[in-house]
Amino acid sequence: MKYVDYERPTSLKSALDILSEKGDVTKVLAGGTDILVKLRVRREQPDLLMDSKEIPELNELSFNPDTGLTIGAAVPLYKLYADADVKKHYPALVDSTTIIGGIPIQGRATLGGNLCNAAPSADAIPTLIVLGATATIQSSGNTREVSVSEFCTGPGSNVLKSNEILVTINVPAPADNSAAHYMRFIPRNEMDIAVVGVGSYVKLNASGDKFESVNVSLASVAPTPLNVTEISEFLSGKDVNDENIEKAGQLAKEASKPISDMRGTAEYRQHLCSVLTKRSINKSIERIKGA
Amino acid sequence: MSKKVHVQTKINGEDVEFLCEPRQSLLECLRDVIGMTGTKEGCNDGNCGACTVILEGRTVTSCLVLGVEVDGKELTTIEGIADGDKLHPIQTAFLENAALQCGICTPGFIIATKSLLDHNPDPSEYEIRWWLANNLCRCTGYDKIVRAVQDSAKKIKAQAGG
Amino acid sequence: MTNIKDPKKYEVIGTRPLRPDGTDKVTGRAIYGGDFEMTGLIHGKIFRSPHPHARIKSINYDKALELEGVIAVVTADDLPVNPVGNIAIGYSRGNILAKDKVLYVGHAIAGVAATDPHIAEEALNLIEVDYELLSAAMNVEEAMDSSSQRIHENSFMKEFGEMTTTNNNIDEHFQHKMGNVDKGFDNADLIVEGKYSTVMVHQGYIEPQAATALWRADGSLTVWNSTQGSFPDRDELSNILDIPISKIKVVPLEIGGGFGGKIPIYQEPVAALLSKKAGKPVKIIMSRKEVFESTGPTPGGYTWVKIGVKNDGKITAMQSELAFEAGAYPGSPVGMGSLCVFAAYKCDNQLVDGYDVIVNKPKTAAYRAPGSPNAAFATEQVIDEISQKLGIDPIDFRMMNAISEGDRRVDGPKFPVNGLKQVLESMKNSPQYQKKLEGPNKGRGIAVGYWFNVGLQSSCSITVNTDGSVNLIEGSTDIGGSRASIAMQAAETLEIAYESVNPSIVDTSTVGYTAVTGGSRTTFSTGYAAHLAAEDVRDQMIKRASEIWGVSNDSVVYSKGQFSSNADPELNMSFKKLASQLEKTGGSIAGNGSINPKKVGGSFSGSICDLEIDPDTGKSTILDFTAIQDAGKAIHPSYVEGQMQGGSAQGIGWALNEEYFYDQNGIMNNSSLLDYRMPTSLDLPDINTIIVEVPDPSHPYGVRGVGEANIVPPTPAIANAMKRATGKRFYNLPMNPPAVISKLNQDS
Repeated sequence: MKYVDYERPTSLKSALDILSEKGDVTKVLAGGTDILVKLRVRREQPDLLMDSKEIPELNELSFNPDTGLTIGAAVPLYKLYADADVKKHYPALVDSTTIIGGIPIQGRATLGGNLCNAAPSADAIPTLIVLGATATIQSSGNTREVSVSEFCTGPGSNVLKSNEILVTINVPAPADNSAAHYMRFIPRNEMDIAVVGVGSYVKLNASGDKFESVNVSLASVAPTPLNVTEISEFLSGKDVNDENIEKAGQLAKEASKPISDMRGTAEYRQHLCSVLTKRSINKSIERIKGA
Repeated sequence: MSKKVHVQTKINGEDVEFLCEPRQSLLECLRDVIGMTGTKEGCNDGNCGACTVILEGRTVTSCLVLGVEVDGKELTTIEGIADGDKLHPIQTAFLENAALQCGICTPGFIIATKSLLDHNPDPSEYEIRWWLANNLCRCTGYDKIVRAVQDSAKKIKAQAGG
Repeated sequence: MTNIKDPKKYEVIGTRPLRPDGTDKVTGRAIYGGDFEMTGLIHGKIFRSPHPHARIKSINYDKALELEGVIAVVTADDLPVNPVGNIAIGYSRGNILAKDKVLYVGHAIAGVAATDPHIAEEALNLIEVDYELLSAAMNVEEAMDSSSQRIHENSFMKEFGEMTTTNNNIDEHFQHKMGNVDKGFDNADLIVEGKYSTVMVHQGYIEPQAATALWRADGSLTVWNSTQGSFPDRDELSNILDIPISKIKVVPLEIGGGFGGKIPIYQEPVAALLSKKAGKPVKIIMSRKEVFESTGPTPGGYTWVKIGVKNDGKITAMQSELAFEAGAYPGSPVGMGSLCVFAAYKCDNQLVDGYDVIVNKPKTAAYRAPGSPNAAFATEQVIDEISQKLGIDPIDFRMMNAISEGDRRVDGPKFPVNGLKQVLESMKNSPQYQKKLEGPNKGRGIAVGYWFNVGLQSSCSITVNTDGSVNLIEGSTDIGGSRASIAMQAAETLEIAYESVNPSIVDTSTVGYTAVTGGSRTTFSTGYAAHLAAEDVRDQMIKRASEIWGVSNDSVVYSKGQFSSNADPELNMSFKKLASQLEKTGGSIAGNGSINPKKVGGSFSGSICDLEIDPDTGKSTILDFTAIQDAGKAIHPSYVEGQMQGGSAQGIGWALNEEYFYDQNGIMNNSSLLDYRMPTSLDLPDINTIIVEVPDPSHPYGVRGVGEANIVPPTPAIANAMKRATGKRFYNLPMNPPAVISKLNQDS
């Protein structure tokens, strides 16, 4: 690793001051499980690592039935999936976070980091997209909100400017008759990066026989996590039946733009898009019915 | 001369301080700076678990933690598992069940097992295999390791009078 | 020779004591290669080729030397000059530091030593090399194609034992022949053939290679490393550095896995040269990426098998062609694969052709029964197909055609006493095989495998301590618990408690020549040497007792730890008592044993695999797995079981997910433990073991080495299970989910 300096600000203000001054040669360090690997292979070569773990605003984890869930960017995954409100209201977040790496990775990795790392294969991002999550971003003197569906701009790149930091991820309060789910395909049973990942969100009508709205987002089949709006358009108002879900799977396959690499061929990934989309939508429906 | 940072930490209950560059991982600090070589390096990118330690009560792969990040924090390493000259029941269970062949992954497995049984004293076989999935072993095929973990749970319960 | 003792009367052998090195290993105290420290130690890193095939036009390391903290740089110019015409030494030195050409991505070009490893790494970025790129051959088909670039421009193919003038990328073509396969095929009622291909995989040991070298002012060299053989390392260092073995000491540290991959040396000579220049000890530890790209994986390639049978199931002819990747330098295990390919089957008409093919990949090294798994992937599937077509149970079919003692292997030797039939019987009667497997997408497959095992030299010394305990000095590095099983054999022969034997694994200056910990030889040969050393101690103690008592040597009897004399029933003394009297009665006693066994029995093994596939994703789950193996006599059953389970796990990974994934530029994309997918604890079921014991009469305790044969049958057993689960036969490895889906979508 190239020589790097290290600072650990204890307030958001001092963090933002550092980023204003030298944000272009600084990388934010939360869990470190992605960024340190990148530094070692010299894919990133910052002069300064700014540790965000002691900034209070980035450690917030709170739920309000009206406004939803606020997750500080530095909250580690193990805290997230153990939280009673997250388990109750956002089981899809538990789906995603319990499979990122293994137990020791989850001891350090953060949701904020998974989002900012902006890997096309990130397991948390499709879930956040289908739940309609937003990102609160600050710089000295400015705050803005960005929809998570627009946060990633390419493999490994995001909308953050060099003087900005991700403060929180905000997930809307859950609606009635709705549920979300995330699943991925990996060749082993743990440890692997998603060959394909699918996050689905389903809201049914009161009698549970028609789709009111459906969101599906795919990991690992495009340069950024893919929001399949064609499925949202198609399923809205349609009956809940196998034929329509099959068609949704087909739409996912058609929307995907996967490449062939060491984790899978393009054809195989397209095939999996259809299989996993159907399975995930069905799981979301099961969750609504089971509630 | 590069700048070194002064780090103060508690390792296995004892105060330890050391100097390191920010780019030195916790694993490197333990092995090369402090001289505690019980924690092993297998891959240096979080994928084998040989470097597992317990940091502030959580299992972590020390290759993905920087030495500077543990300033003011508490760690447990393999060197702190035995109680003086008395082996911990987990260590005894690994020996009695022949759960090690070359032994390089063993410190990581013992730490991960301790952390598992601290959280879940009576895990099912599936829960054991899930918790240990980040620890790779190439020699044993895991079978005797799982037996050792099950035996550890029994021994710990017996010791506590359960 | 026959067993010296009735196995029913073994006191120590067959029990499961704790291993003597156990406490250090569970407390983190054991010193492995990377843990070694000494005063003044500096750190080395190696600069490696980014190209699979290129000429080196120039190397400039001035900038590296200028970096503060860098102490020395070495290249191939620092190695001795290769004598003209000595191709072998050119190859050996060439793999350590490339001269003139780089032959694979990761090929070492230069070594740098610096005050700390980060500075050494920075220095690598300052070395400038000018390359002329050449086209690369990345598999046997490409390499064997006559239009491909010659990798070794000045070497020729050896064919049927004679050097030819053909310069292609085939280093050797050999053949084994028995009887007449054409007649045999003419007589057949059914012929099945298939070409089965595998790709390069790695042993996957968790500890990367690590070595420290100190070249002293007096010209002596000491190396401390993780190794499977300190004596062969010493020989190689002498050869490569051109210094006498008397000047070299290799001190083996604990080793974190080897499986054959830590038999060759890689960075030791570079560390030695750097130490010579720097005047300080130099430690080099490989990164995981270097382990994948720059050590010795096992080859891919193909095995084509054709077998003819009568309708009653009797085999009439067997033919095979094997072409394996040697990597950048000759020496793939195709020779070993060719003698294993039909080893389990009695057939008087066999023809086997083997090709050792040079490709632009790292030089291959041994991986647990090298060559045999590649061959078995083919044979065991063709046999499976035949038994399915004839409607004969696959185990019965193998039993019908199994070799017996006295039958010939295709390369000549006759099979000694062996346990193949007993292994097959145990498979048939095993709980797993007796249980029905029902349901869609499920299948059960079986296979058998063989490894011939080797003997080779081992030496042990035993010294008697005054408290009746003994020190056992041996030179076999312990990768799987062998210290314990060797000590157990010494204890059994000396008729003292296991706990009274204190084994030490020592360096090349302290014990007699001991060959590698590999080839399934350690419990066999080093155990045999320990037994001989124990007999020597016993004989000397008998002589001492006779002197103390003033009776004839022949009258003294030693049994169950007690000396007595036929000359006088009153005379009686325990081993412990006599040990306490040695100083005053003539001095301490030390015994020696050395052996290079002429006869060694092989080991047969079997795998039974039940699996289920998800037909939508192609993912397979192993539901149940049993490993069966002939251990001759299991000295320490827990460690025998451990070998069987470990080999099975590696075989399962090899079958389902492991592969070297290359892109179109000849660069390995998955050289990390994230994407080189070895099984985790969640990927494997419990692995049942059944130990069969058909003692090997060429060992005093009937031991057969068990380290290797167990990795041979898992891949074909899984392939045979896949056939029954999917209806399709797999001709390629790995049988990963995309491959399964692709097969399922193929028209039948």
